[in-house]
Amino acid sequence: MAFQALRTEIARIEASGRAPGGVLPFGVARLDDHLPAGGLQLGALHEVAGGGNGALHGAASALFVAGIAARTQGPILWCMTRPDLFAPALEQAGLAADRVIYVEAGDETAVLAAFEEGLRHGSLGAVVGEVARLSMTASRRLQLAAEESGTIGLAIRRWRRQAEAADFGQPTAATTRWRVTALPSTALPVAGVGRARWFVELIRCRAGDCADFELEACDETGRLALPADLADRSSQTPAWGRRAVA
Amino acid sequence: MVIASDAAAQAQRLYPGMAATQARALVPDLVVHDHDPIGDEAGLAELALWALRRYAPVVAADPPDGLVLDATGATHRHGGDEAFLADMVARASAVGLTARAAMADTWGSAHALARHVARPTLVADRGAPLMALLPTGALRIAPPMVAALSRMGIDTVAEVEAKPRAPLALRFGPELTRRLDQAYGRTAEPIDPVEAEDLVQVRQVFAEPIGAPETLARYTHKLVEVLCAALETRGLGALKLDLRFHRVDNRIEAIRVGTAKPVRNVRRMNRLLCDKLETVDPGLGVEIMVLTAPVAEPLDWRPVATDLTIAPVPDVADLVDVLANRFGARRLYRLAPAQSDVPERSFRKLAPTEDTRSEAWPRRWPRPSRLLSHPEPIETVALLPDQPPVSFSWRGVRRRVRRADGPERIFGEWWRRDGELDAVRDYFQLEDEAGERFWVFRRGDGERAVTGDLSWYLHGLFG
Repeated sequence: MAFQALRTEIARIEASGRAPGGVLPFGVARLDDHLPAGGLQLGALHEVAGGGNGALHGAASALFVAGIAARTQGPILWCMTRPDLFAPALEQAGLAADRVIYVEAGDETAVLAAFEEGLRHGSLGAVVGEVARLSMTASRRLQLAAEESGTIGLAIRRWRRQAEAADFGQPTAATTRWRVTALPSTALPVAGVGRARWFVELIRCRAGDCADFELEACDETGRLALPADLADRSSQTPAWGRRAVA
Repeated sequence: MVIASDAAAQAQRLYPGMAATQARALVPDLVVHDHDPIGDEAGLAELALWALRRYAPVVAADPPDGLVLDATGATHRHGGDEAFLADMVARASAVGLTARAAMADTWGSAHALARHVARPTLVADRGAPLMALLPTGALRIAPPMVAALSRMGIDTVAEVEAKPRAPLALRFGPELTRRLDQAYGRTAEPIDPVEAEDLVQVRQVFAEPIGAPETLARYTHKLVEVLCAALETRGLGALKLDLRFHRVDNRIEAIRVGTAKPVRNVRRMNRLLCDKLETVDPGLGVEIMVLTAPVAEPLDWRPVATDLTIAPVPDVADLVDVLANRFGARRLYRLAPAQSDVPERSFRKLAPTEDTRSEAWPRRWPRPSRLLSHPEPIETVALLPDQPPVSFSWRGVRRRVRRADGPERIFGEWWRRDGELDAVRDYFQLEDEAGERFWVFRRGDGERAVTGDLSWYLHGLFG
């Protein structure tokens, strides 16, 4: 009880000067239970990177982010330096093309500037920025801008070389940090490729624990799902999603 | 006398300076119009106004046949220097004008390069090296002077530049050295900008020159307030705003901002202008500030919707304006479906405030979230005619295919290019052992050689 009271107190102190942001649940109970607010906080910055080669091309992380953005209300601002997104795929993840405004900024600094400008504006649903380097100062600015306006900020971390991806270990002011890696897709009874699966790691979470999950990729409304063979398996098998990662 | 001749006339060997009777003799059915210098001047002034509305805040006519623009800070909205000039030439040719455009560091060298080097556009960071080999006529000096120089054996700009100054000035007067200095940027040459009579314009003259950034910002705000009042009495909203700073050394610094929709909001206009103030170099001080709205459209007050059931659509036009002025309007867009099945042609860019939605993308077929700008060739092991690869190597890494789906056949669009009449692409979705998914295609259907050479390419990456 005492802990609960303390938590409420801390939350009250933290919330001063912040727009009343809501929470965006994933709709997957196991995922939402791990997040302290019961979902992604709206007025906050969240970081997503791809695992393995995904750190370079960011295909899975872009879809993961598109799925989150799809479930917000209002237009989306997507800031990037390399215009290689394929809009039909975003639409298949639930993000309608007429909601997204793309900004093709010349360099990383410009991306961060556009990112912050979008977050400060306040009437956007979500702001997405594709950056390689995200310093503590830059992320702090973004986090504060997001807190002020209540808009969710989603940073896709994407590097040009595999060696640079080690940068993801550096601390930032983001509220949560995710890594999304492609897994072999759901098996089909016939030849073919089934629904994509991701290994989603929650690497850092403010006031929460790390966790990892095996999930099915976004459907046409941007929702993730627990794979049926994992969700319904018998209780004798060891729990798969409880390992904490460093 | 023949005054002007275009490419078609020159093909008939008609050149300026030729006697009219001689021209008539060469081309019997020649239609002759009287030379109308006043009409030409009026036309040029009209062109200057067009360029002012469209391209840059500081524009002047450069008689008899040119325009001069101060393009500082004006090109990024058109996608860079080359695109800026190309757009200008293309638009001029659309109304039947043959234009050439050059950009250089001084008026003099840009003038010379546009007339002698540009084919039809040219961007030179420094005009001086390119000037060297041009004939002396490029220096904007009178033809008798060119002839006199030629008699002295001086034919190019570099030769004039190499001569001692004093004898030249003694022989030709100050005009020659002044033009030379202007071309080489040793003497300032201010542009006296055109102003349209019906423009909404406010100005502020300072008794003492100002230069501090915060002072500039304060007076910008004041000017914006006055301009908004002026716009309101006329029922207009500004689509473009020019703020010119006349410096004490007779130079003009200018900033231009554009908006997606007509604007008459003091805060928004002030924000857009103040964003750009840092690009202004006040030099020794600013004497006059002039704020104009070269492009304005009717803007009336509209009643706010009072329907309680409809949530108001958030207006992001102000954010779009801020970003478009910072990064250039072309760098800000929405993507909309286009009528094509070829992936790289299946979308088109729209302005962020445009809203049209007619076509839709296929929802059922797999589409990768990242599309490579150029399909990259891969080496594959695959059975013909319609089996997916068993393995492939891309960027030096060999991958075994565990699952695959396809083919999705996309036919060439013969109405765009003749070569695509028979072309076929067969798209496959491949998944390797680690679970990474790729979008690859084979050129050709595997049966008829005319459809493609059976080479394989990787075109996209799935999430």
